[in-house]
Amino acid sequence: MATAPTLRAPTYPLERVTLGNGLRVILAPDRTVPVVGIAVLYDVGLRSEPIGRTGFAHLFEHLMFQGSANLEKLAHFRYVQSSGGTFNGSTHLDYTNYFEVLPSNALERGLFLEADRMRAPVINEENLANQISVVKEEIRINVLNRPYGGFPWLQLPEVLFDTFPNAHDGYGSFEDLEAATVADAWAFFDQYYAPANAVLCVAGDLDPAETLALVERHFGDIPARPAPQRPDFGEPAPTGQRWHTRTDPLVPNPAVAAAWRVPDPVGDLTSYLPFVVLAEVLSDGDAARLPQRLIQRDRVAIEVGCYLSFLGDPFDVRDPTALLIQAHHPSGSSAATVLSAADAELDRLTADGLGPDELARVKVRIATRLLRDVDPVLGRTLALATFEQQHGRAELLAELPSRIAAVTDDDVVAAAATLVPERRAVVELVPGERA
Amino acid sequence: MTVPDRRPVPPLGPPPKVIRPDSAERALATGLRVVAVRQPGVPLVELRLRIPFSGTTVTHPARVGMLAKTLLAGTARRDRVAFAEAVQALGGSLHASVDADRLLLGGVVLNTALPDLLELLGEALTEAAYPAREVGVERDRLVEQLAVARSQPSVLAREALRRTLYADHPYARELPTPRAVAAVTAPRLRELHTQRVVPAGADLVLVGDLAPERALDQVETALAGWKADGAPQAIPVLPPIVPAAVRVVHRPGAVQSSIRIGGTGLRRHDPAYPATQLANLVFGGYFSSRLVSNIREDKGYTYGAHSRIDHGAAGSTLLVDADVATDVTAAAMVEIGYELGRIATTRPTEQELDDVRQYAIGTLAMSVATQAGLASTLSVLAGVGLGLSWLREHPERLARVTLDEAFEAAGRVLAPAGLATVVLGDAERIAPGLALLAPVEVVTNAESPRP
Repeated sequence: MATAPTLRAPTYPLERVTLGNGLRVILAPDRTVPVVGIAVLYDVGLRSEPIGRTGFAHLFEHLMFQGSANLEKLAHFRYVQSSGGTFNGSTHLDYTNYFEVLPSNALERGLFLEADRMRAPVINEENLANQISVVKEEIRINVLNRPYGGFPWLQLPEVLFDTFPNAHDGYGSFEDLEAATVADAWAFFDQYYAPANAVLCVAGDLDPAETLALVERHFGDIPARPAPQRPDFGEPAPTGQRWHTRTDPLVPNPAVAAAWRVPDPVGDLTSYLPFVVLAEVLSDGDAARLPQRLIQRDRVAIEVGCYLSFLGDPFDVRDPTALLIQAHHPSGSSAATVLSAADAELDRLTADGLGPDELARVKVRIATRLLRDVDPVLGRTLALATFEQQHGRAELLAELPSRIAAVTDDDVVAAAATLVPERRAVVELVPGERA
Repeated sequence: MTVPDRRPVPPLGPPPKVIRPDSAERALATGLRVVAVRQPGVPLVELRLRIPFSGTTVTHPARVGMLAKTLLAGTARRDRVAFAEAVQALGGSLHASVDADRLLLGGVVLNTALPDLLELLGEALTEAAYPAREVGVERDRLVEQLAVARSQPSVLAREALRRTLYADHPYARELPTPRAVAAVTAPRLRELHTQRVVPAGADLVLVGDLAPERALDQVETALAGWKADGAPQAIPVLPPIVPAAVRVVHRPGAVQSSIRIGGTGLRRHDPAYPATQLANLVFGGYFSSRLVSNIREDKGYTYGAHSRIDHGAAGSTLLVDADVATDVTAAAMVEIGYELGRIATTRPTEQELDDVRQYAIGTLAMSVATQAGLASTLSVLAGVGLGLSWLREHPERLARVTLDEAFEAAGRVLAPAGLATVVLGDAERIAPGLALLAPVEVVTNAESPRP
């Protein structure tokens, strides 16, 4: 292609401050709608939970909603919602987030709520027992009682990876969850929930100077304590194909997922971005290569997807991570047939390169999707917070379109050439009684 | 124990000023109604074209389901891939979906390329080819997708409740049957398109970084050729809900029970609707509700419990749901019944009413503060004959609801005597406990699907 397209970028003014206790703060004012988003991200995720405590990072996230220094149980929910707002939290591989989106007249209240639990959550036996029950029901509704539940993010890591932090089931076993204690929770809080281990992002209808003063008022006197050193979770990539077959009595049709290790998203973003583009080339709708080949031409699959990171967000994960191809297929075709068809398409891409306008089309779609994701104040707040937390640069949000624009046909072909059978881990899910 | 630094929760500031975005509406000669709203968050435009598409025959869901899957699968000028590439090149997307009321074409595009996306939309509306090969691919796919869908407890429970609530009404038949899908042919889809994909009664919503009048002109130009004759079919109003025995649908080995309760709701334009909206929130409509506080945060029976009012063209329905551990199914039913009985028979507090009022007003404002959110909301409202003015006036209606009105509304909509209950779960383990509370009728899943 002659010239890279000019892609529209989501650009917001940013202000960055670090408080005396080490809390990093990002403000992104935009006063077009009367809404503010508040997100606190702690640098601890599923990979950091101790052996024998699978699921603990997520269980702990639940405990952070159970009351705090000045708020009895249920008060957090009530203050957010009776302000006209909504809240949630979620636990990822490399971080845990807590967030509110509120009418902008509730900004100070939202900051107070986050500061209060960063200072002192209420963790006791009663709340722990209650939330262990709630988390078990969460796992039942999303995994145990649901056909294809958690596929493949709960099954594939243990095939692709060898070390506990990367390989274990992040939702956790019931046995480990039930073994969790109040002492475990306090140790986890002390180790990982220090202000210096967190990023606070506030975006939307705000005045930066007033907001900074409010942030200082509510978070400034939370005592400092040292942030933990994040371990290196790196491990060698597979050197031969790994294949695991699971039978599941609940599923009516088979499914298959394959994962390949990809470059470090943080340490080597330039090498990583061609994989982000490749995933779109392979899977973005009827114009993409895998749906054309697997669904429309060969008719071996019902659905097919390709994405980066087990949880589907290419930019919220650190090394080691993966590109995944996932397909649901009729019982008449085998997982091997499905993957062979995908291999054939990857071979064709590697041999013949991209079509004349293929890269340009895909890039403009990526840019549009990025814009659409950050139009909601909450989406923007979380994206900025995650870029700051994972990459140390909230500015990356605005820079991504130009970074994507710089990816070449050759880069994408080179990325595709790494997706060979010998480097992948595969899980196939087959209907039938468990062995 | 004294706490040295009790800190007060900060009060709310003055309410933010309400933004009234520029908008324009136009009824085209063809019968298509168009509304364009300027909401310049990001340089995109969201598009929603809603075409009324209800039908009363048993095979209707299969035919309209297949139509949605192949409407964008090629035109007289372009094959499926070429059409998709043309949309992608605009930074755009375009998708078709259906429910019991309508066909929806939804999409997004860079604002500078809006006329181009409208051209492609017009091409699909006037020249969709329904190529036999694509119809064959999608027919086989839909049969498999339905098998996957019907393995999901949420889908099975929804189907069972709808059959219980709506009896022989078309709303009882939401998903197609595999047999009806297998019988759909390309010529039949072309015929259905001619009859039903018509501008009369349809609504097009555009929201984004656009100039409203100019966007309407662009629509008028691009869709000038879409002028097929035809009219939407009327859908019968929903039958009254007849409470009966608790219907237990057997799912052997289920580790949870999916509790689903339904009742007659009030339509959005009913003068008592705002009061029922608030009463429902107090009961189970948000996280801080009585139901969630009870069966999740106190008892730990469930991950989530919800109650909402679902609005269709044929009427509105109250829907309560919770998925609970098999062993506590009867105990959870006791608590749900208690909370329903309590909200129906005793007054909520002023504090409860104020909390839900602020929640309803605030979350409504936030839900329409995004381009996609406003576009989808306006499209849904258009389906029941409401629009921007309803949206703008609704906060005032919520603000006026009194405690008496909310109490009366709860008695009308949430009283247990008027509700029907379905529980999908392992009948051998849950039916004996449930039978201690109310008469129980056990059915198997095999009895559920209809031809």
